[in-house]
Amino acid sequence: MSGYVEGIIILLFINGIAAMGVSLLTGFTGVFTLGHAGYMAIGAYTAAIMTVRYGIHWLPAILAGGIIAMVIAYCIGVPTLRLMGDYYAIASIGLGESIRLILENWQSFTRGARGYPGIDNYTNLPVAATFFVIMAVLMFFLIRSNFGRAFKACRDDYVAASLLGFNTARYRVLSLSISAFYCGVAGALMAGFLTFIQPVMFDLNKSTELTAVVVFGGLGSLSGSLIGTAVITLVTELFRPISQYRMLIYGAVMVIIMVVRPEGIMGQHELGPRFIRSLFNRKDRSPRTAEGGGGR
Amino acid sequence: MSETVLKLDHVNKYFGGVHAVQDMSFSLEKGELAGLIGPNGAGKTTIFNLITGVYDVDSGTILFEGEDITPYKTYEVIRKGIARTFQNLRLFPRSTVLENVMTACQQHYQYGFFEAASHLGRWKSLERSIRDQSMALLERVGLDALAEQAAGTLPYGHQRRLEIARALSLQPRLLLLDEPAAGMNPDEVQELNGLITAIHRDFDLTILVIEHHMELVMEICPHIICMNFGAKIAEGDPDHIQNHPEILKAYLGEEVLEA
Repeated sequence: MSGYVEGIIILLFINGIAAMGVSLLTGFTGVFTLGHAGYMAIGAYTAAIMTVRYGIHWLPAILAGGIIAMVIAYCIGVPTLRLMGDYYAIASIGLGESIRLILENWQSFTRGARGYPGIDNYTNLPVAATFFVIMAVLMFFLIRSNFGRAFKACRDDYVAASLLGFNTARYRVLSLSISAFYCGVAGALMAGFLTFIQPVMFDLNKSTELTAVVVFGGLGSLSGSLIGTAVITLVTELFRPISQYRMLIYGAVMVIIMVVRPEGIMGQHELGPRFIRSLFNRKDRSPRTAEGGGGR
Repeated sequence: MSETVLKLDHVNKYFGGVHAVQDMSFSLEKGELAGLIGPNGAGKTTIFNLITGVYDVDSGTILFEGEDITPYKTYEVIRKGIARTFQNLRLFPRSTVLENVMTACQQHYQYGFFEAASHLGRWKSLERSIRDQSMALLERVGLDALAEQAAGTLPYGHQRRLEIARALSLQPRLLLLDEPAAGMNPDEVQELNGLITAIHRDFDLTILVIEHHMELVMEICPHIICMNFGAKIAEGDPDHIQNHPEILKAYLGEEVLEA
């Protein structure tokens, strides 16, 4: 396998991890965010500084990247997610930009806007694939549990959710913390893949892309978010030779999806036997019998 | 031997200049099936919202089983053992019928975050309990055959029953039903009538129901509270209520009585 193809696959895994995080928050909990690149930046710089400056092994450095992003998200989430509606979306823009500006100006620690070079190339294909598989399994499991149902209840109707006994603010903060952990890990893997990071990589464009991918794949579908990531990452890479027109095609793909499938590629279904079956017999809307409910 | 389940003590609520609930006091004994009636805008749903903590009480106290629940947040009130349904349905329309009930049912089968993310430990057994319990409740209200349908696609009457099943799955001791018969035809009302009396009997519940269908309230509720313009105007058994001059005035207007 050529290095270029391998690189794209690693990038797919990394973006996939970040997209799963945003998918949990936006797709399943219904909190829009425009600042998750900030958490990626925190993860990336944490891992970079820990490995380069302090010589710590990359594995704990990656996990630390995720955990620090999670802690910061928790501190931001407690005051902002108590408020209802789209306050967090506004706060998240400010947050993402503040993180980037701090990284740019804290010269002594982050080397500022010139970027942070000389990071070990620890993210090879097996590492990225292992992280991706483990985190994907955990996320799919989490969605199919009591927590998954609680998140969805908060998304669909927060008044009804609190009248079913859910502390909705707590679930939103939890969801944000987990999603920040995923983005932090993705950022740390990104640092080890590129070996050079710059604050400008984690700007508002990157944040918007993360949310766009999730909406594009279908809000409330984890597999949809992953498919969305794959499509957007591949479109961006395949058309690299005609770089001037790349964003044009990116935009065209977005418009086509919005027109053809406004609910996103997967809607809120997961890619699985049931979804494939439903594609073939769309007209057959008869209710399934009680014992056919499936035990999982 | 009766014990008081719910007690409202001089409860007041203002919305700006509107005195929405005026000095409201009443109490429900354990095992009662009570009705709360009154013309549109009388403040009936506001009472429900005050009890469940959706709105904060401006003055007065609300006691549930002797405990002051006035300062509690909504989810804390629910966890004490109160459940309610809504006048304008608040199901999760995109989720299936079964998921709707399971979402509420899981409050009594909690397992930890790491069990949820790894599907290890108690996950399997508790998920099965949640599912079985939910299916049993759906069977009880006659919706088990529709368990895998999206809740939003059900006919209106079925959605009402699904809301009742969802509320019951919280295993409440006090159930508040907000206009359960709204938008139903006479046959469906009769059916609902039977359902309410049956769950009242079988689940050992205290029930307070807001209703506009007088025949339903008069038939099933031995204890009726009537309010108008935010204040209680009468309380008693159906006979007392039917002949009370204040109530005839509230519903029919003063001219009718004078004529």
